[in-house]
Amino acid sequence: MNATTPIQNSIAEQPLSPWQLFWRRLKQRRIAMVGGVILILLYLVALFAGFVAPYSYDRQDRDRFFHPPTWPRLSGFRLVIPRYEQLPGDFNYRAVPADTRPVHWFVRGDEYKLFGLIPATIHLFGTGDERYPVYLLGTDQFGRDVLSRLLSGSQISLSIGIIGILLSFTLGMIIGGISGYFSGWTDTLIMRLCELIMSIPALYLIISLRATFPPGMSSAQLYAMIIIILSFIGWASMARVIRGMTLSLREQQFVLAARALGQTHLKVIVRHILPNTFSYVIVAATLSVPYYILGEVVLSFLGVGIQEPNASWGNMLTAAQNTEYLRNYPWLLAPGAAIFITVLAFNFLGDGLRDAADTKAL
Amino acid sequence: MWSYLIKRLLHLVPLLLGVSLLTFLLMSLAPGNYFTALLQNPQISPETVDRLKAQFHLDQPWYVQYFYWLKNVLSGNFGYSMAYHIPATALIFQRLWNTFLLSFFALIIAWGVAIPLGIWAAVKKDTWVDRGCSFFAFVGLSVPDVLLSLLALWFAAATGWFPVGGAQSPLYDFQSPAQQFWDRAHHLILPAVVLAASDLAGIMRRMRSCLLDTLRAEYVTAARARGLSEGWVVYKHALRNAINPLLTIFGYSLAALLSGAFIVENIMAWPGLGRLTMEAFFAKDSYLVVDCVVMATALLVMGNFVADLLLAWSDPRIRLK
Repeated sequence: MNATTPIQNSIAEQPLSPWQLFWRRLKQRRIAMVGGVILILLYLVALFAGFVAPYSYDRQDRDRFFHPPTWPRLSGFRLVIPRYEQLPGDFNYRAVPADTRPVHWFVRGDEYKLFGLIPATIHLFGTGDERYPVYLLGTDQFGRDVLSRLLSGSQISLSIGIIGILLSFTLGMIIGGISGYFSGWTDTLIMRLCELIMSIPALYLIISLRATFPPGMSSAQLYAMIIIILSFIGWASMARVIRGMTLSLREQQFVLAARALGQTHLKVIVRHILPNTFSYVIVAATLSVPYYILGEVVLSFLGVGIQEPNASWGNMLTAAQNTEYLRNYPWLLAPGAAIFITVLAFNFLGDGLRDAADTKAL
Repeated sequence: MWSYLIKRLLHLVPLLLGVSLLTFLLMSLAPGNYFTALLQNPQISPETVDRLKAQFHLDQPWYVQYFYWLKNVLSGNFGYSMAYHIPATALIFQRLWNTFLLSFFALIIAWGVAIPLGIWAAVKKDTWVDRGCSFFAFVGLSVPDVLLSLLALWFAAATGWFPVGGAQSPLYDFQSPAQQFWDRAHHLILPAVVLAASDLAGIMRRMRSCLLDTLRAEYVTAARARGLSEGWVVYKHALRNAINPLLTIFGYSLAALLSGAFIVENIMAWPGLGRLTMEAFFAKDSYLVVDCVVMATALLVMGNFVADLLLAWSDPRIRLK
């Protein structure tokens, strides 16, 4: 060893920043990483939903209502789709094993808009033949492909969770910060309002709020409405916690220093106090996204959210409420499984984030 | 103790007033009312509609309507359901009772299963019991009420062991009291279990972590050092302290339960407040919606009140404050 090594070592081993420590602890939690990877995949697929889906969400196949899921089989080195023939009786289908068509990649099909902007017709997979449809999750009561609707619905259900959280948590942080910082009658007023909102069982409040919107809204308006309703309810619990944290933070010296340097109240709250609550907020946000997704699902399920023919995970499940359908065509429950996987992934990730943010644990 | 009780009860009055005022405001913002649809009906003259509107004070501004409504409610009259054509009081209380029954039994099932499971998982920490419970809790937390209710419907329809929806069979009125009791219980089981299942996982996880925290305390080590048996240490020393923080989540669990009941009622056709709210919503029966929301809130705050009482009873420090 020559004499320079220890010096280089001391340069190389800088102390880790809080975020690096956080990341290191998070990486040790395998289940949180699994949740994170599942979520990244889900959101990627939702982003390219039109391309991944073999059909358009509103394309009706009038010859094939309640078509069972078709599973491609391996024939040599190719995936093939068998033709299904209809048997006498109610929506009875049987695969014809000998009569197959190969699955092609990047085939032309229904038109869709990539990212809602770019018109395109290329789909990831398909047979390119009307008589050999690829219905991986079957079709619904109108002969629409369940998988394509599931993917189209994921764009709505998954994005509502994220946008709703961003809106309501920003609101909750600012209101909670103001409430805790100024105290006095501002604080009393805001906290009473929070108590009021939180003491009404959530779904009853959601329905009363829903009543204030006019009927006959466009799908974009309905989408915005759901986010507004869910955020109106969600900010209260966040504001309460942030207020509690602000109450103790504002007594600290750095706040006094910032004030002494002549910064405005708003700047002190937004720039100095609120950043100290970020680690809590990120964990709480991850664990709260499922509630927003479920809020949309319930509204659409009850028929007051996203309307047909647009697909959402909630309004797709409405068909499954019919026990006759449910018994004979169980693939209508596919959106339920999608909701379950999404919520489970958020819970896995949120739980890991909470453990990683808890510095006392290590 | 009594002054604490009275203070808590007085606190509820402005809360319920605020909730009713807020709901009334929201309902007044709603476009159209029950009579807008009646106007389309050629068999009813506009004069009749105006007369009916005046009778229900719907021609007045919303705050005037609110005071009429409040005056009636304080004398025990919840108004007249425009959609059902019957006095709302009987309707509301019948539905409230159904929701209460459903939530109460779900609560008993959820806490009755979650507490022992949580204790078991904490005592057997890091064994397959603990891992099994925590896996089960993750799944339980992630299954949406909607999916669980639909699966229960499917189960009822496929096996025929349980009735598919409803609170009583069509022949209920012709049955003997014993049969009626069994009929009601038979209809109640499946919705209550579904509702309990969604609440169970959170309580169990909380119980486990509370007990683990307490087991780490020094007085527990001291009790062990004195040579007390493990069962005595856990059940006599640790558990009583671990239960306290759990009572504070009772309120949250109740709020989740009432929202869950809303979904279960609507999917499994249980005639409770949640189902009535949706029916009143679609019929634009705005007074009935307000009644439902206020009643559901009252149920929730009364539940929280009971939780506070339990907490004060189990922890003298809170009583003295």
